[in-house]
Amino acid sequence: MRKPQGPGRKRVKLARRSVILGGSMAGVMGVLGWRMRQLGVEQSKQFRLLAEENRVNIRLIPPARGLIFDRRGAALAYNAPIYKIDMVREQAKDPEAVLRRLATLIPLSDAEITNALEQMAKRRAFVPVTVAQDLDWTHIAAVSANAPALPGISPELGHYRIYPYADDFSHILGRVGPVSDYDLSRIDDKDPLLLIPRFQIGKTGLENKLERHLRGSAGEKRIEVNSIGRVMRVLSREESSPGVNVQMTTDNRLQSYTLKRIKGESAAVVVMDIHNGDLLTLASAPGYDPNMFVRGISVDNWNALNTDKYKPLLNKTVTGLYPPGSTYKMVSALAALEGGFIKPSEKIHCGGYLEVYSHRFHCWRSGGHGKMDLHNSLKQSCDVYYYDVAQRVGIENMSAMARKLGIGVSHDISLPGVRAGVAPTKNWKFKTKKKDWVVGDSLNAAIGQGFVLASPMQLAVMTARISSGNKISPRLVNAIDDHPQPVNGREPLDIDPANLAHVRKAMFAVVNEPSGTARGSHIRAKGMQMAGKTGTSQVRFITKEERARGVIRNEDLPWDRRDHALFVGYAPYDNPRFAISVVVEHGGGGSRAAAPIARDVLKFAMELGEMDYKAPEKLSTTPIPLANKGDKA
Amino acid sequence: MSYLNYNLKTVPTGLSKALYFNWPLALLLAAVCSVGFLMLYSVAGGDLGRWAQPQINRFGVGMAVMVFMGFVPLHFWREVSVIGYIMTLMLLIAVPLVGETHMGAQRWVNLGFMRLQPSELMKVVLVMVLAFYYDWLDETRISRPIWVALPLVLIMLPTYLVLTQPDLGTALLLLAGGAVVMFIAGVSWVYFVGAASAVAILVTAVFWSKDTDYQLLKDYQYRRIETFMDPSSDPLGSGYHITQSKIALGSGGITGRGYMQGTQSRLNFLPEKHTDFIFTTLAEEFGFVGGMVLLLLYGLILIFCIASALTNRDRFGALLTMGIAATFFFYFAVNMSMVMGLAPVVGVPLPLVSYGGSAMLVLLAAFGLVQSAHIHRPR
Repeated sequence: MRKPQGPGRKRVKLARRSVILGGSMAGVMGVLGWRMRQLGVEQSKQFRLLAEENRVNIRLIPPARGLIFDRRGAALAYNAPIYKIDMVREQAKDPEAVLRRLATLIPLSDAEITNALEQMAKRRAFVPVTVAQDLDWTHIAAVSANAPALPGISPELGHYRIYPYADDFSHILGRVGPVSDYDLSRIDDKDPLLLIPRFQIGKTGLENKLERHLRGSAGEKRIEVNSIGRVMRVLSREESSPGVNVQMTTDNRLQSYTLKRIKGESAAVVVMDIHNGDLLTLASAPGYDPNMFVRGISVDNWNALNTDKYKPLLNKTVTGLYPPGSTYKMVSALAALEGGFIKPSEKIHCGGYLEVYSHRFHCWRSGGHGKMDLHNSLKQSCDVYYYDVAQRVGIENMSAMARKLGIGVSHDISLPGVRAGVAPTKNWKFKTKKKDWVVGDSLNAAIGQGFVLASPMQLAVMTARISSGNKISPRLVNAIDDHPQPVNGREPLDIDPANLAHVRKAMFAVVNEPSGTARGSHIRAKGMQMAGKTGTSQVRFITKEERARGVIRNEDLPWDRRDHALFVGYAPYDNPRFAISVVVEHGGGGSRAAAPIARDVLKFAMELGEMDYKAPEKLSTTPIPLANKGDKA
Repeated sequence: MSYLNYNLKTVPTGLSKALYFNWPLALLLAAVCSVGFLMLYSVAGGDLGRWAQPQINRFGVGMAVMVFMGFVPLHFWREVSVIGYIMTLMLLIAVPLVGETHMGAQRWVNLGFMRLQPSELMKVVLVMVLAFYYDWLDETRISRPIWVALPLVLIMLPTYLVLTQPDLGTALLLLAGGAVVMFIAGVSWVYFVGAASAVAILVTAVFWSKDTDYQLLKDYQYRRIETFMDPSSDPLGSGYHITQSKIALGSGGITGRGYMQGTQSRLNFLPEKHTDFIFTTLAEEFGFVGGMVLLLLYGLILIFCIASALTNRDRFGALLTMGIAATFFFYFAVNMSMVMGLAPVVGVPLPLVSYGGSAMLVLLAAFGLVQSAHIHRPR
């Protein structure tokens, strides 16, 4: 370069500064390039993931719940389509404003809006929350037409459960209800379906116990959404697999008849097939309509159900425990016979009471029965005979026999709240009551009072075992998804058949001989004759003074102080098929309140004819999808 | 130097000027514009008529303007620079009175045959008038305070007017462009160091005064600054743009997701995808490589401009070329920094790529001045 002079000096300065500036520019561009590399190369993976997260939304497709059928294939629980409105928080941006706008189109109260907002706040932003359901077509059409103004809102087709037999199967089937926070905290289940608000799960009964089978598994829809959450396209769709169908052992005709028969009472009736243990009827009255719960039960109805003294929510057949009263005498008799403590012909005198250690144990007939053998003691239900037997046999032998016959042991029949009852032992009393066993406890136990407790189902099992001589076990579920459930207990009981025959003969006498306690309820028709045993279990203590004045009659007592009426039986006597147990809470005497019910139900069952299993009727579980209907409209 | 000092033998005349035209520079400009067409076609989802076609039409007009202005002798531009500055300033003043409001800011005046953004025009005219000033000014006076104050007034007047529109981005570009011409012209370092320290003190004061009784900015202004520092602190508010922009840039990876395959722009996650944020779509669809290619094209344009300025013995031409190159540089540097999260979001488009008529026309016209300086440079 030439030596700068005059204007040249200015030029050199300009060139120098230009180069400095150019250098600075190069520096800044270097920074820009470095930043590009940092974002696009070094952190690319992370940003690619974020872009995918932006773009892809995962929606669960809830499965259709499995159906429940009775033995003859009639649907007892199925699903019906329902239109509902779901909302996804992250797409709505301002959920409250959107809900307010929605409220102008469909009936939506302030309380429901608040509730929906709470539900959404609790869950992850992409989880759809049902904000309104039970909508009709005009509402859905209005919402669809205004979709652009309602980001995050989508009309959906849902299902709700229908129980066509309403009250009749309320305790067996139980009911479904929306999953609650309590449920979530209690059950250890990672199924993402449970995160769907108002997702219906089994709350009680079979619906609860077989939840695993009935629920099915969620499908997944991966959808591409744009920045305002509009669905651009479905990327992939994995259909949900519906829950499996369940076939029960009950016969809906018999179940409905039985419930009609005991309507108005607080009662439980169990009918069992003694050949395979099939529970044909598990009737607990009063019942309730489970459909009420599915769409949300009102507070009034709920309170009414809860405070009803007849306890409609309780499944009395398996959860209710009652002192079996005289129906327990078969247990005492068999224990005595098997242990050789007594011979069937041996006679014991009944003078109206037995005094043990200066304490009087009364027979129900204050005048006494006179000389009693085994046959008559059962037929006329003499208490004193069994007080004597109890002292000879002892509580351990009696309770061992009770467990052999199914009382005091748990039967697994896929229902929640199945209770084991109590077949007391000395050890048991010491453990639970911290008191020693006394002889009086044995005497009370021998006539099914005191500590002995059994559920109606256990009494039916006992009767089935006595009448068949087999270790038959109850079963309620015949098949899950066409897989037959096992039949247990076809092997014979460990009891001398001759002893069983004595007891059966006496049970026949109870119903069919002139002085039998259930003579009034005998079935005349040939080949349908019933055998059985009445029971009346006391729920109050009768004082000496009252006994001296004369025991107050049941009719004169308030309802909840009256005796429980019980009856167990089977029919036909000569070719046993059905075993039954009837408990009428505070119904008075077993012969008057319980035996007639058993007679009517067994007669009905025998007249039904064949009760073979049939394949379920065909029901469409997947109704027409929403989109197709929208096209038509 | 004056017109009379030109060595007439070496200055081309007539159509022979075409031989001396800076063709590589013109080609580079066309290449950058083509990148713009490509991206505008992509962000419109394959709709040519939406943005790409109008942009191509303007490019045609702009190229014609550039060639025409390049053929006009440089001394003409020197002579009209002062009157041009005054007229543009008048237009700027007129904007609030007769201007059209668009997107919350008043920037346009309707001249009948076209809608003009005087602030765009000002970027070029300011550089012209400053180049004229320092060409005229005697060397000994360059760093005298009084002679520094005059160009400062020339810069501050339009800057203030643009700032009130409000258009922070353009105001900053005016300030930077003016400062660069003063720097190149040889104004003493002392002024620049002083200005830098003043800015530093001011920024410090702004931050220190936060949450005190005498804080300098409004609360929401502090929030904006915080959002820039940490966009994730406000993912749905103003941080949303920058977060989505970074996601798009980053997800492109090295070679990009393929032309028209960018999900961020396809699905509208990107804001202003056809204007200020168009670079993110480029980086998403062509990746790091695509971004670097554009940066390289810009760099080459700067190199050709600086080379032209260094070989130009005409002071006005050299200052003009450097000033325009610097303005161009600030354009893309600010835009890229902004979309890559290096600078706060101020509305500055990506030069020659973003959709926009005024900006493209003015930029190509400015390069017409660079061409004029190049063709008519004394050798």
